[in-house]
Amino acid sequence: MNQNAYLVLSAILFAIGGLGVLTRRNPLVMFMCLELMLNAVNLSFVSFSRSLDDVGGQVVVFFVLVVAAAEVVVGLGIIMAIMRRRQGASADDLTMLKG
Amino acid sequence: MERLLWLIPALPLFGVLVLVPLGRRLGEPLAGWLGTATVAGSFAVTVATFADLLSKPVEERRLVQTLFTWLPSGSFKVDLGFLADPLSITLCLFVTGVGALIHLYSIGYMKGDEKFSKFFLYLNLFVFSMLMLVLGDNLLVTFLGWEGVGACSYFLVSFWHTSTSNATAGKKAFVTNRIGDWGFMVGVFLVWTTVGSINYLDITAAATTGTIAAGTAVAIGLLFFAAATGKSAQLPLFVWLPDAMAGPTPVSALIHAATMVTSGVYLLVRLNPVLVEAGWANDVIAWVGAITALVAATIAISQNDIKKVLAYSTVSQLGYLFLAVGTGNYTAAIFHMVTHAFFKALLFLGSGSVILGMAHDQDMRHYGNLRKYMPITAGTFIVGWLAIAGVPPFSGFWSKDEILAGAYDFGSGGKVLWIIGLVTALITAFYMTRQVVLTFFGEEQWRKLTGGAVGDQTEDSSGADTAADADHDAHDAHAHVLGPDHTPRESPWTMTLPLVALAGLALVGGVLNLPFTPDLHFLDRWLEPVLVHPHELPGGGTLFVLAAIAVLLALAGIAVAIAVYVRGIGDREAVEQEAFAKGWYIDWAYAWFVGGPGRKLFDGFAWFDRNVIDGAVNGTASVVRVAGTGLRRLQSGQVRGYALGLATGAVLLIGYFVTRMGF
Repeated sequence: MNQNAYLVLSAILFAIGGLGVLTRRNPLVMFMCLELMLNAVNLSFVSFSRSLDDVGGQVVVFFVLVVAAAEVVVGLGIIMAIMRRRQGASADDLTMLKG
Repeated sequence: MERLLWLIPALPLFGVLVLVPLGRRLGEPLAGWLGTATVAGSFAVTVATFADLLSKPVEERRLVQTLFTWLPSGSFKVDLGFLADPLSITLCLFVTGVGALIHLYSIGYMKGDEKFSKFFLYLNLFVFSMLMLVLGDNLLVTFLGWEGVGACSYFLVSFWHTSTSNATAGKKAFVTNRIGDWGFMVGVFLVWTTVGSINYLDITAAATTGTIAAGTAVAIGLLFFAAATGKSAQLPLFVWLPDAMAGPTPVSALIHAATMVTSGVYLLVRLNPVLVEAGWANDVIAWVGAITALVAATIAISQNDIKKVLAYSTVSQLGYLFLAVGTGNYTAAIFHMVTHAFFKALLFLGSGSVILGMAHDQDMRHYGNLRKYMPITAGTFIVGWLAIAGVPPFSGFWSKDEILAGAYDFGSGGKVLWIIGLVTALITAFYMTRQVVLTFFGEEQWRKLTGGAVGDQTEDSSGADTAADADHDAHDAHAHVLGPDHTPRESPWTMTLPLVALAGLALVGGVLNLPFTPDLHFLDRWLEPVLVHPHELPGGGTLFVLAAIAVLLALAGIAVAIAVYVRGIGDREAVEQEAFAKGWYIDWAYAWFVGGPGRKLFDGFAWFDRNVIDGAVNGTASVVRVAGTGLRRLQSGQVRGYALGLATGAVLLIGYFVTRMGF
């Protein structure tokens, strides 16, 4: 199997995720897009690990997964708290922290 | 014995620590006895240390105790350490010895004062600071004591602070001393950059091996001399000492005559290895000392306040000490310092006894014939008078003569210094005789006063105005107004005992260093280890001729004073010149300068401070504020905006690397 295919898939997923973060306004969807970007990178790590025969890439992926899990807990907690206070808030409305 | 050195300053400190919380509860006279006991204990430890040093061979007479590292700062390290060598132990002996006697005296003098315990608190704090100054093994510990004694001097000068003039006198003492302290601090910095250490032993080693260049030694000598002119009341900074007599009389005796004011001399003698390299700085010291001695002695002639006479006399005698230091005659400086501590403390305590007996009137023109009422005070005062006037065999004769002989032998200009010293000795004998005659002999002048005359005496003293004086008297349980019916009484034993002890010391103090045979030069041999160049006095014959001249002049001074004030020959007004009474207008000149041209200069500094210094500081703040106001717009709170910025940045970075790195 050609490694390029994995890399192309990874790039496409990353671009979709990035576009989603920039264009969508629903915080939850933005969050999902962020996860997509992370996993696109994970995919490229794994494919490089395989082609270079270096286990280091897979180790990094484990770290990313663990950190991403922790980030999901915090992020979802914040989004839940926001959604409870104001129904259907979009990310553009949440500008309380502006300078 | 090294291990017990810390006890010497610690005992008075213990007294302070007990008196701070418990002083009022202990009350009178227990607080006073506690203060006296701690200083007496300190004296006992000092004597033990002295005996220990004596039992050692000459070259090993040095005890060092390092308690802890006070300031560790990279290569700069200062220990809190004590150095007991012949010089510091000599000082400690008379600081604690005379200090204990004056504490005892104060129990009687301060009787009935509502701040009785606080007085002893300050007095103990002073003795602690003074011992730190003397015992410190480096310049910084000495500086700690130096500032400590300055602060205590301020507290005690303005002890009766409800009177404005007392508070002002305290402030004057403090501010004048700050000018001198500048010299001390810059001197320490210079020593540190030159020697790389501020420990006395290191400084001595550096000076004797020639590490200190001649120019640097001159600068160090002059800077520490500037410090000494402040603390030891020399021209041009002596103006605070006469005003400092506003404090209670035991304070004048302890701080402003016997101990604190000699600390400048101690500092210079301590640094004698540097001073001998310092060339013309020594001439400056000798000349300033000699001129101060003469000027202050002339001022003393025209003073009518009994304590003012003694204050100017102290300035004059301190001038002698600096004359001795400047001529390299360090042993004589320490010798006269010790004998002066005895007889001047005696004179001040005697004047205190007189003041107490005369209902706090300090004007000598209201005294007279007091020997009939206060025999012990009169007898001891007369011993002090003969000692300071330089009549053999009293102690002052031996020490003063040694200073004058040293000046006579001092290179070019030495003869002139010697003549100035002799004239000063003549004037000293004159004004002291005037004081004794006015106080203890003649008619009972106060009987001619009408009731409320107490207020009159203070017109030319810094003491107080009428209101302040009444206030001052309010502190005293047995105060009453001086008038025709007044009968002076002798003071209690707590006051006369120190007088008798000090009179004994003033009488025999000369045996410390008798000039007859080398065997009798006890102080010379004792101080030898700390002096790099022992001073040689002129040979036997010359010495005795010089001494004879000095004695003749002293007797002449006494004779003239007796002629004028007892026999009534000549005009008193002609002797008591207006210029003398006003202190050569030096105070007036300072006031004029500070109020006139000085004012403009200070205003200029204030303008510079407000506009340039503050401008720089405030300008920095303004720039930061303006920049912040502009930049805060960037923080819009729009998460997607941030994400866009992030993505754009990432793309630009990748674009940069892809195009420039050339894969």
